[in-house]
Amino acid sequence: MDKKDKLRLYHEMVLIRRLEERSADLYREGKIGGFLHLYIGQEAVGSGVISTRRPEDRVITAYRDHGIAIACGMKPEAVMAELLGKDTGASRGMGGSMHLADVDLNFWGGYAIVGAHLPVAAGMAMADKMRGSDAATICFFGEGATNIGYFHEAMNLSMVWELPVLWVCENNKYGMGTEVARASAVDEIRKKADGYGMPNARVDGMQLLEVRKAAEEALAHVRQKGPFFLEAVTYRFVGHSMGDPERYRSGEEITKWRENDPIGILRKHLLEIKGVGEKTIEAEEARAEEQVEEAVRFAEESPEPTLDTLLGMVYAGEED
Amino acid sequence: MALKTMREAISEALWEEMERDERVIIMGEEVGVWGGTYAVTKGFHDHFGPERVCDTPIAEGVIVGAANGAALAGLRPVAEMMTINFAFLAMDQIVNHSAKLHTMFGGQMTVPIVIRAVGGGGRQLGATHSQTPDVAFAHFPGLKVVSPGTPHDAKGLLKSAIRSIDPVMFIENATLYQVRGEVPEEEYLEPIGVSKIQRAGSDVTLISYSKMLQTSLQAAESLAGEGIEAEVVDLRTLRPLDMGAVVDSFKRTNRAVIVEEGWRSYGVGAEVAARLYEEAFDYVDAPIRRVAQREVPLPYNRELEQQMLPNMYDVIEAVKGVL
Ligand SMILES: Cc1ncc(C[n+]2csc(CCOP(=O)(O)OP(=O)(O)O)c2C)c(N)n1
Repeated sequence: MDKKDKLRLYHEMVLIRRLEERSADLYREGKIGGFLHLYIGQEAVGSGVISTRRPEDRVITAYRDHGIAIACGMKPEAVMAELLGKDTGASRGMGGSMHLADVDLNFWGGYAIVGAHLPVAAGMAMADKMRGSDAATICFFGEGATNIGYFHEAMNLSMVWELPVLWVCENNKYGMGTEVARASAVDEIRKKADGYGMPNARVDGMQLLEVRKAAEEALAHVRQKGPFFLEAVTYRFVGHSMGDPERYRSGEEITKWRENDPIGILRKHLLEIKGVGEKTIEAEEARAEEQVEEAVRFAEESPEPTLDTLLGMVYAGEED
Repeated sequence: MALKTMREAISEALWEEMERDERVIIMGEEVGVWGGTYAVTKGFHDHFGPERVCDTPIAEGVIVGAANGAALAGLRPVAEMMTINFAFLAMDQIVNHSAKLHTMFGGQMTVPIVIRAVGGGGRQLGATHSQTPDVAFAHFPGLKVVSPGTPHDAKGLLKSAIRSIDPVMFIENATLYQVRGEVPEEEYLEPIGVSKIQRAGSDVTLISYSKMLQTSLQAAESLAGEGIEAEVVDLRTLRPLDMGAVVDSFKRTNRAVIVEEGWRSYGVGAEVAARLYEEAFDYVDAPIRRVAQREVPLPYNRELEQQMLPNMYDVIEAVKGVL
């Protein structure tokens, strides 16, 4: 990857981080309602994996979806407007934080029922395979989701039908407040893939470049042979959702992981490259900040969806 | 017109739609090599191939879930639940996904899926395998729920369901598969969301659907022998519910009995009666009556099971109660 691409991804990760921080503010101000799950700390997983996809590859994830949406190319305006429930939001104010999607970007959404999007991913891959397309479906989920029946049904089916799915488990150590070892019979989640005879790998999810490399190899396998399971070891620096008292982990643990900040790691790497200085990096950071402010402005000025919009959207209508 | 069984009618609808549109696929347990547990897809696997007639693992969640995904990605999957009782294992996909994605993502996605599921009691299969939980599905906006009572309607409605861009729950009744009726040779569709008068009469309106349509028609024949002419309205679709024919008929007869196989509480009868009181209160000449299943998990014992299920005599008795 050249310097330009690395800078682009650095910018993307900072954009996600700033957007999340700003969302937290807006949530505290009461402008965002419902649940708000932030991606802070996990940026390198989404940005790393998605930066290796082709436009025809589908992406689908759980409710912690803002970062994934941005990495898929969604405009910060569309994200912010959705968080504020506006008609200009990605899902026209009908979905909220947990349900961003943009079909034109091949981003098939955030899903709020733990594990439920795994079968959906399998089905999309099945359709692509039937059509003879070599598109892959990239499905993100937390380690907590690997304890639910859906996970096992989807793993099994994807192997039996050799579906082109890249399963990306973002192991951030906790499902809400439950530490992985308290909920999962194996804490190295990739081992679950062994039970289905599915090739798998484990990667440091804080290292963007390593995530990219692992994802490239994994996707090559998916296109040629079928499903692959990639476990990215990561950490969320903030609570599960807003208002999490975080009684289940210590401040020291968080501090330790924060030393491993994926954005900090990439920043350091960039500074070691010839021709990239503090100035270049700060310019990217400032640009991200401005974009977020612009997105907030846009969202706040946007119209609310109307009742007619909602009522007209319950059914798509008959065909033919 | 040829006389055909319900099974043949449903099978023909699937076959014709698969011939017509290569996006249509069937997925479910034993739909392929076996030919369908109720033999509805016999011969499909050999003709259309395993790519389009997909035998799945015994995993209802992923059957409907993958069908949802395939539908999002442009296919027209017909997902089969071996029986409707197993659809409870896929309830999250049906209720939280099939029915919601279009609205929840602001109209940018459609889920053109059909979920075929067979239900009904009376075959001594015990409490878990004998249910008629149709209203549990009809409760959810975003889903269409269709349940035909004649071979003619089954074929026309299933073809419409497959062509529908919205998700459709298509509920069959296992004891109806052998019922015969006239089915046109030429291509036809029946509209979803339209009730239909299946027998004309002027003394009382019987409102039912699916298996209970047949029971109601039998009751009407018997009543005719006593000089009572019952009009029989077939709902055919539970959501969206079309009250047109029901209200029209009721305005002429001023008396109604609603007949359903499922449990009475919170049932189709409750819904239809409430709507009649709301929409035609001035025409009510007698309290509207409901005939339904007794409120128990169905027993295995043959006699007891039959006692719990609504039958022709219950309908006749209810009719006499409103006249
Ligand atoms: C079926 C279901 N059960 C419970 C919940 C509540 N819930 C939301 S997130 C969550 C934890 C999931 O953890 P994980 O899959 O590891 O993802 P993470 O939040 O760490 O990204 C739970 C239990 C839910 N949304 N869906």
